[in-house]
Amino acid sequence: MLNWLPPPEIIAQLGLIFVIFNMLVLSAAFMVWMERKVCAYIQDRSGPNRVGFEGVLQPFADVIKLLFKEQLKPKAADTVLFAIAPIVSTAAAFAAFSVVPFGTETTLFGLLDRPIPLEITDVNVAVLVIFAITSMGIYGIVLAGWSSNSKYSLLGGLRSSAQMISYELSYGLAMAAVIMMAGSLSLREIVTNQSGYWLGFIPRWYILLQPLGFFIYLTAGVAETNRAPFDFPEAEQELVAGYHTEYSSMSFAMFFLAEYVNMVTVSAVATSLYLGGWLGPFLPDWLGWIWFLVKVFLILFFYVWMRWTLPRYRYDQLMEFGWKWLLPLAVLNLFVTAAVVLLVG
Amino acid sequence: MDVLAFYAFAAIAVIASLLVIGQGNPMHSVMLLIVSFGALAGLYVLLDAPFTAVTQIIVYAGAIMVLFLFVVMLLNVPREEPAPPGVSTLLGPTGMRIGAVLSLLLAGEMLWALGRIGIGWFSQGVTAASVSSVALIGSGIFTRHAFAFEATSVLILVAMLGAVVLARREHF
Repeated sequence: MLNWLPPPEIIAQLGLIFVIFNMLVLSAAFMVWMERKVCAYIQDRSGPNRVGFEGVLQPFADVIKLLFKEQLKPKAADTVLFAIAPIVSTAAAFAAFSVVPFGTETTLFGLLDRPIPLEITDVNVAVLVIFAITSMGIYGIVLAGWSSNSKYSLLGGLRSSAQMISYELSYGLAMAAVIMMAGSLSLREIVTNQSGYWLGFIPRWYILLQPLGFFIYLTAGVAETNRAPFDFPEAEQELVAGYHTEYSSMSFAMFFLAEYVNMVTVSAVATSLYLGGWLGPFLPDWLGWIWFLVKVFLILFFYVWMRWTLPRYRYDQLMEFGWKWLLPLAVLNLFVTAAVVLLVG
Repeated sequence: MDVLAFYAFAAIAVIASLLVIGQGNPMHSVMLLIVSFGALAGLYVLLDAPFTAVTQIIVYAGAIMVLFLFVVMLLNVPREEPAPPGVSTLLGPTGMRIGAVLSLLLAGEMLWALGRIGIGWFSQGVTAASVSSVALIGSGIFTRHAFAFEATSVLILVAMLGAVVLARREHF
């Protein structure tokens, strides 16, 4: 009767892609709300509290408002590149999440004959894929800065890309240390390598073996996503709004979407690399994704907390910190890890 | 499916590469070159070499093209004016004529060489594992192809020195 349908695995895979895409969009909306709420409480205000319960529907109201705004374009802007830039940014942000696993294999309560893994695709070079796609995201920002034909945008775009390129080195070196310990480039294998306990109760997560690596990864991750205290691309006092000064309406919203989705991806990868992914006590295996969500949420909360606690650094301090402190630390971490892996096996 | 994907990627790579040299605006050329590199990475994936594909994106499409983009952006290279009508570039200055002859020679030479050795020569000793396994690629680079690897790095060093000398010429 239903033989015109594609095989159930393909339907399940398409469903998974649909769910993940929408979860990412929703998580960006949730992040906007959480950011405003946490910021408000830190500053002793109540934050948005009119639209929906405690203002949870505020991001949706904002999106509707942005959708109905006029799409402006500077006269001297490069039409094609000006239109492509936000698309590149958003596409790169979403694509990077496709190789992040967030649960064990499941048959969806016996609906499928063969179990499918809870991730869009399991590539054996997943860590490098994330690294590659993140570096593509830079183009969105550079192009936005250049094609706007405005000096604030250009300076914002230049700063942002210089910052991302500088911190990408430490980011990659921190990842390399974990790759050496796990002996695999697949995120799924890296997570399963972290299963089990020491002394019966200490989880074998890489954060305990790589505390310095975790610190380097998180710091570089903040710089990669252009968040405070490293949010120079949009330093208001100096650059108005940085690379997206000239953008309005939905293309402006797409840059914001990309920024928040990037944060989610950085946190999800940190969870997989250092915090044991979906592994955790108390819950059965097939509910592992709850642990994954909890861990990602904690890292995201930490990001928001940091943004409203630390002031912005100066640009030269950022570069000095990246090249003179973080990079040597990352190299040292890599050497020590390599030596230990070689000696202990 | 694979064949369709191959022709799609191949078409994107060729068309984008042709468009690179046809752009008046250098920024557009850079972007099209990135598209071409991305399509090449897609071809590597079809050849079961995901590591090569990702390296292609990280090194070429990511790192090297960002540098290109910076140079083009910061130098603010002006738009190229189209050649005045009636002037055929093939009949232009001597340099162009020599260039055209040389490129025709190169194309003929490549066709001759490929025709003689056949396509099969390239797949000798190549297995699916040897292009997809990172460990095998690593040991291959540092043992079997060690000389080629080191020679390439010397070549890059020479090119770097050359660039420095050319850029600082007026100070000597």
